[in-house]
Amino acid sequence: MPIEILMPALSPTMEEGILAKWLKNEGDSVEAGDIIAEIETDKATMEVEAVDEGIIGQILVADGTEGVKVNSVIAILLQEGETKADIVSAAPVGQTAEPEVAPVIETEAEAVVTSIIVPAAPATQIIEDSEIPHGTEMRKTTVREALRDAMSEEMRADSDVFVMGEEVAEYQGAYKITQGMLEEFGSKRVIDTPITEHGFTGLAVGAALDGLRPIVEFMTWNFAMQAIDQIINSAAKTLYMSGGQLGCPIVFRGANGAAARVGAQHSQCFAAWYSQVPGLKVVMPWTAADAKGLLKSAIRDQNPIVFLENEILYGQSFDVPVLDDFTVPIGKAKIVRPGVDVTIVSFGIGMTYAMPAAEELAKMGIDAEVIDLRTIRPMDMPTVIKSVMKTGRCVAIEEGWPQSGVTAEIGYRIMEEAFDYLDAPVIRVTGKDVPMPYAANLEKLALPNVADVISAVKAVTYTS
Amino acid sequence: MAAAQAKKTTKRPRKSSSQKTNSTKNLTVSEFSDVEELHSYREMLLIRRFEEKAGQLYGMGLIGGFCHLYIGQEAVVIGMQMASTPDDKVITSYRDHGHMLACGMDPKGVMSELTGRESGYSGGKGGSMHMFSIEKNFFGGNGIVGAQVSLGTGLGFSSKYRETDNVSLVYFGDGSANQGQVYESFNMAKLWSLPVIYIIENNRYGMGTSIERHAATTDFSQRGASFDIPGEQVDGMDVRAVKAAGDRAVAHARAGNGPYILEMLTYRYRGHSMSDPAKYRSKEEVQRMRSEHDPIEQVRQRLMAQGISTEDELKSIDKDVRAIVTASAEFAQTEPEPDPSELWTDILR
Repeated sequence: MPIEILMPALSPTMEEGILAKWLKNEGDSVEAGDIIAEIETDKATMEVEAVDEGIIGQILVADGTEGVKVNSVIAILLQEGETKADIVSAAPVGQTAEPEVAPVIETEAEAVVTSIIVPAAPATQIIEDSEIPHGTEMRKTTVREALRDAMSEEMRADSDVFVMGEEVAEYQGAYKITQGMLEEFGSKRVIDTPITEHGFTGLAVGAALDGLRPIVEFMTWNFAMQAIDQIINSAAKTLYMSGGQLGCPIVFRGANGAAARVGAQHSQCFAAWYSQVPGLKVVMPWTAADAKGLLKSAIRDQNPIVFLENEILYGQSFDVPVLDDFTVPIGKAKIVRPGVDVTIVSFGIGMTYAMPAAEELAKMGIDAEVIDLRTIRPMDMPTVIKSVMKTGRCVAIEEGWPQSGVTAEIGYRIMEEAFDYLDAPVIRVTGKDVPMPYAANLEKLALPNVADVISAVKAVTYTS
Repeated sequence: MAAAQAKKTTKRPRKSSSQKTNSTKNLTVSEFSDVEELHSYREMLLIRRFEEKAGQLYGMGLIGGFCHLYIGQEAVVIGMQMASTPDDKVITSYRDHGHMLACGMDPKGVMSELTGRESGYSGGKGGSMHMFSIEKNFFGGNGIVGAQVSLGTGLGFSSKYRETDNVSLVYFGDGSANQGQVYESFNMAKLWSLPVIYIIENNRYGMGTSIERHAATTDFSQRGASFDIPGEQVDGMDVRAVKAAGDRAVAHARAGNGPYILEMLTYRYRGHSMSDPAKYRSKEEVQRMRSEHDPIEQVRQRLMAQGISTEDELKSIDKDVRAIVTASAEFAQTEPEPDPSELWTDILR
């Protein structure tokens, strides 16, 4: 059967073009790959190649014709043994040949008028918190030790788990998180890397795609910006892009946020950045118990986890339950202090402003409920919403910048899901919208503080 | 201005005499057995015909977005696949259809991913640049220039960590050879003696910019010199030369000697992507490569000259290959699009 040569689309957005010139005439024989015509679009002149061998039987669109629609028949190619007489059903000039399936390309105009039914997102799963048996022994542990214990326990349990990063082995960790691990696990599993975040992150993601379970330590998250492409484009998206074939079980962890007097490039919170990305889980613990329990869960998780620690918290001690296998579920917020008058929501270092503020407020007769989100993505909004429905008021705290921040999201979600329960607008306490200054007095001004939280709570409770 | 510039650069002759003095010389080409000749002919032809059909479906609006064809470079991936085993791991850039077919992935699954159908390798959620097959040890298709180089180094790391003797074949172009993470990867691969073969498919243009205009040194085989990684320049249009170099590189890496670089001197006949009119090079240049160096035609000539196959036998191979490609194209047009509910799946495990 003669082959119809169609007007090709040469870019994702092309709908029509000019058939500028035929380079072959009727009766010419062509090989696959021969250039037979030139067509012009608003962007470029392109050559049309024959996709099959044969003889040009008939040219249906003349040189110089404008507005030739994509997919209209422009010529007929005769195959071996065929003559012009075989051309029977050639479509008239300019008529679009209908492909068997409607073209996938949809113009913008169509997209606007056609209402597209988007399937509903899956409902939020309610996650149960882990129960610590009554009477469990508690041991004072620093966040630093808790993180190390979590990694060591998981590495003892699974030989596919290893840790890599700058100074994690011989130096025992830039912040001493991996202290003693080289001695226990050896240099095969506790790996010092060159100072090349982009490269070693990509390498670790590649190893995770092949089924290993890397823990990548970033000395601080500031340096991970060099590697953010591999975290987002490779680690977070591959499961989706592969239709569920290829997962990436990896933990990226390290110190996040402001330390003390280290200036703008070393003082930044990345919670909001990573929390925007589908395919990632973002965890940001405050206490040593949560640091341990969440890191153990993160290492076992099948997905890429961004685990945001804080240098100031590393040395702080908390009670950690003495259990063989203590884990904390990812995605579950914790009501740290029950109360009835106002909901204070925070996470990570933000809790160090929330908790003292709640104690001060109690002395003033305001009974605050304090929620530690612990996981930023997936965010446990059911716990927050339930609390706000009870208190009618909310103050959200984060150290990061205000615009598009985690607290901006919290405020919006409360408006979306509990608007009718609110007795006051949600107020945020955030880091100031400036790069972190070096001077001690300015740095202090740039960060949130307990007094800010107290005055925000007073505002939402209309207390003077 | 741009056109004039392009003309000037394309006229510049290929300068390789100085390059060759730096790299390991491999002037002898090992002969193929009859079986190897026929195998390489058929496999390369499948890629060629598949890509032509993909171009055609793109022209019909059935394939959307970006589509980068491998036509002209077929000998590189086929020669390397002949030098490696199915257990070795493969990763490449966005010009990936040929690599998938060479790894043994089903043309129907590849073509129906190109048309965004549920039977595609990624269920229609990946497209031309994002297809994977755990079964065939193919780790993608990568849309970010150079990202696959560190990922592929990680695949080599994984093989070594697990104490297997598999090697990682990491393909990238001359354009990505300038990316920073490539050198970060070279450093770690050598430092940790990882079984990685870096295959630089030098098709002379990083999108529209010729190697002379984008690279301070154009002998890419020597890009690992400061890490002491051995490198060779290979005639990437001759599948026998590719296979022979691949054998050396694979043996080196598999024996635990660390990474190896192969610069494949090759050429892409089509533009960078479908919407590239390729004005940066002359028609004569393309025509010369096609008529004098075509990787498939070279094998075809040998098959005929040595009496391995008659013209009829070759026609019959051609017919078989066309039938496979036509069937894949029909499949890719008739399969359903993914169910709307798939929008929300495969985000987390």
